Formats: sequence, C-alpha cells, structure tokens
Amino acid sequence: MRARRPATWHTGTVVEASPETPSARRITVDVPTWPGNDAGSHLDIRLTAPDGYQAQRSYSIASAGEGTRVVLAVDELPEGEVSPFLVHEIAVGDQVELHGPLGAFFVWHPPEPDDSTPAPVQLIAGGSGVVPLYAMLTAHEAAGDATEFRMLYSVRTPADVFFRPELDALMGVDYIYTRETPDPWPTPAGRITRDALEAAVLPPDRAPRIYVCGPTPFVEAVANWLVDLGHPTASIRTERFGGS
Amino acid sequence: MQHLDGNALAGQLAELFAFDATMASTRCGGCGAVEVLATAMVYMDAMGTVARCVHCDDVLLTLVEGDGRVWLSTPGLSALEITR
Amino acid sequence: MSFITRGFSGRNRDRDPRLPPGQTLVEDWPVLSAGVTPQIEPADWSFEIKDETGTEHKWNWDEMQALGLEDITTDIHCVTHWSKLAMSWRGVPLDKVFENVESEHDYVMAHSYGGYTTNVPLEDLLDGKAWIAFEADGEPLEPEHGGPVRLLVPHLYFWKSAKWLRGMTMMPSDDPGFWEQSGYHIHGDPWQEERYW
Repeated sequence: MRARRPATWHTGTVVEASPETPSARRITVDVPTWPGNDAGSHLDIRLTAPDGYQAQRSYSIASAGEGTRVVLAVDELPEGEVSPFLVHEIAVGDQVELHGPLGAFFVWHPPEPDDSTPAPVQLIAGGSGVVPLYAMLTAHEAAGDATEFRMLYSVRTPADVFFRPELDALMGVDYIYTRETPDPWPTPAGRITRDALEAAVLPPDRAPRIYVCGPTPFVEAVANWLVDLGHPTASIRTERFGGS
Repeated sequence: MQHLDGNALAGQLAELFAFDATMASTRCGGCGAVEVLATAMVYMDAMGTVARCVHCDDVLLTLVEGDGRVWLSTPGLSALEITR
Repeated sequence: MSFITRGFSGRNRDRDPRLPPGQTLVEDWPVLSAGVTPQIEPADWSFEIKDETGTEHKWNWDEMQALGLEDITTDIHCVTHWSKLAMSWRGVPLDKVFENVESEHDYVMAHSYGGYTTNVPLEDLLDGKAWIAFEADGEPLEPEHGGPVRLLVPHLYFWKSAKWLRGMTMMPSDDPGFWEQSGYHIHGDPWQEERYW
C-alpha cells in the first residue's frame, strides 16, 4: 500500500531561486508540513495582494519523494499574471501558500517488487512540460529502478532546455528543436512530426507506458499520433497546460 | 479554445473531497462511457471549470468558485466510482 | 488563512464610475470558453422561437437582418470581473423579433449551437434592452466571441448574452440555464452585483 498524501494548504519559504533558462526560473521552497509527493504530481500556488485580490495557478513539481524541499521550474508567460511574478519578483525568504500534492493519475511509481517484467517508460515533453517528467526520471534513478526509461524532449532552442546538466548526466535524451538547433545538428529546426515521433519513441510491440506533458496543441498532436502508431489509449497518460 | 486534462481538477476537488477525485471512474450520462476523471477534457477559461466527456463532449461536471463558496454541479455524470 | 504575498499586486485594477461594483476595466476582449468553439457559416445559421402552442417562428440570416439592424454603443460587464466600456455593436432589436410572437409566457430560455443555455425574463429583452447581434467594433462577430450571431443583453452580466445563438423557447417560469443551474444568479444585474445564488 502506497503512502496516502492528502492535499492540504501549506505555507512555504523560498530558499533558492536561480535562472533555469532565459525565460524560466528554478525555485526551491521549503515546506515544513509537506508530506512528500509522487513523481509527476503538481501543486497550486496562491498569491494575495494587499487589497485581498488573489491569483492561483497550478505548477508541476520537479522534485519527488519524501522531504520538505519542493522544487519548481516556472516558465514565464509574458501575458501571465503569476508566472512573471515567480520568475522576476519572488525572492529567497519570501513566503507563499501552496496547495498539494495534487493529482494521483499523472504520476510514476517504481514497479512493485513482484513485477518481474515492468513495462518500459517513454517520456515525451513539450517545452516546460519536461518538469513532471524530470521528477519521474529522478524518482526512477533514486529508486535504483532497472526499468528502461526514454525521453523525447521538444524544445525551442538549446538555451531553453530545462535541467540540462542533470538530464545529460542521467540519460541520452532525444531532443527535437523547434526554433533553433545546436550546430551541427542532423535535422533542421521545426515542430515535431509523426515520423520524428515514430523514430524516437519505443515501438508499440515493446508496450511502453507513455507520459506526455506540454502545451495543449503539442499533447493533442502527439497523443493522436501515438494512437495512430498503434499505442493503446490506456498506455498513454497526458497532462496538458494552458496559457495563463 | 484549448482544453486541459482532468488532472487539472485535482486542486479544486481536493478542497471538496477527502480523496483524490481525479482517480474516480465516472460514467457519462450521455454516452455511458466509463473513464477515470483525470482523462476528461477540462476547460478552465470560463466562469467556472467545466469537465466534458472525452467521448461525447457532454458536460460531466462544473465547479464554480466565488464569494467564499464553491458549487459542484454534475449535469452529465450518471455515477462516480471510488476505489476504497 | 491567507497572508499578503510580498511584492504581489496582480494586474492593475482601476476605478471608474461607469464600472459596476467589483468590476475592472479591460482594453482587450477576454475569451471565456467552456467547450469547443462552434463554427457556423452565416448561410447555415437560422434562429427560431418556440412558443407554448408549438408554433415555430423561424428566420434565416437575411430574414433576420431584414427586420432592421441598429447601431448600439454600450458597456459590457462580465461576471468574471472585467468590463469593456463604450463598445460599438450592430444588431436587430428583440422588439422587432418578438413583434409577431404571441405568448402568455414571461420567460425565455436562449439556446446556443454547442448546447449552452441561459434564461432571461422577457421584460429584460424588450423595450430596446436587447439585440440579436451580428457585429462588434465594426467587424462581423468572430466565432470565439459568439459569431456569427450572439444575443446582446448589455444591462445584465455578459453570460446572459449567449454566444452562437440559435433559438429561444418561451417558458412559464424562470427556469435556470447552464450557469444558473451551477451557482450563478438567476437574473444577473451587475449594478446589484447579482453574481451568485
């Protein structure tokens, strides 16, 4: 039986904040009452202005497991209200309200000990959708789990890659660059295609469990292609995010 | 406009239920499909949150928050199954 | 218990006497969406009113416009706290539409392509208070804003101005529509702040 981690409101204190990419920031919050979280879950952040106005948004958690340090990686949406504040304003020592951990569906657990042939795992990220998938990778690593993991990561430019050193130390990620590639690079910059997806992901006969996270149009296209390629709907878990 | 997944309901539903309701199986009153709520199509850019059946687009539930209150409405939900 | 987040102010929230209580002025036109946006061609659009006798009064695009388009300048107020001031609209007044509709019933359920419904008392639709709208800000209504045709009842919160309007049913009582069944106020007067039950 896995630990139950009921969601409640917590108060956390920012203990680290550093640039992650030109548009994103990694923020570590110490939450003394945090019950730990499964890899892939998310939380809600609530901000309150002096006149009582509140704004609340959901963010995936980049960390997993026990412990009271919660790591976020927040990409700035220029028209947004909460993300610009988190990327530019919030500082070490500031307090924030957090609600979580949330979402028991888009999570990865290490295989049960009696599962002798666990299904391989294919992670597919679009942009900042890499955050919960990175949490799964680190949980997999921390568990000393032997399950095969692969990651396909669609990202604008090399500079926009989240967790680059950590990812490169963990595995060989299959990158697709949509705006600008490293030099040299075998394929020109461009959006993910059905062919590129087929070439990079574990084939249906390997029966992978697939996690897809990214902006809605990305997830929509990828999930439809995966079904087209013969992956059962039940093997695909998706997490879409919007734009505010 | 773009929809999200039922996962996105977790925060709002956690304020109402003692369990993670996104893991509940729901039966759509429109087409009869049974799916985990986390896989529903969720629209959050509205006057409330609207979750629709991924098969027939019927409205499974709505959540309206305001004035210190929350309204949960389940116009197209014929049953909700919770694993104990 | 919430506390003030240091340095957070949110978006600018100005005050203007033309704004009802709790409203904020916006310059853009936010799009609220509870489902897939219906795509209806003017040639395929039609509008009908069903009364208690079962009589259907029906208009196509040209027939509706032939009732007489008016230019309207009005403020609109969305229950999600934004308002737009002095928007220009073009539409057919409901007075013209109801001229030949005989009904004893005092309430209307507006129906939209896509299944949305909202209830409005007939008295809030007549006497120059509401229109079948075809244009906003000098342009045909975009699908995301309810085009090709939406209801315009600007003295009530904007959810009453049903997008993708396709018809109305006369009702003997003020039965709640989609949002009214789910927590929102049965009437929705922004100056009375009739937001919720």
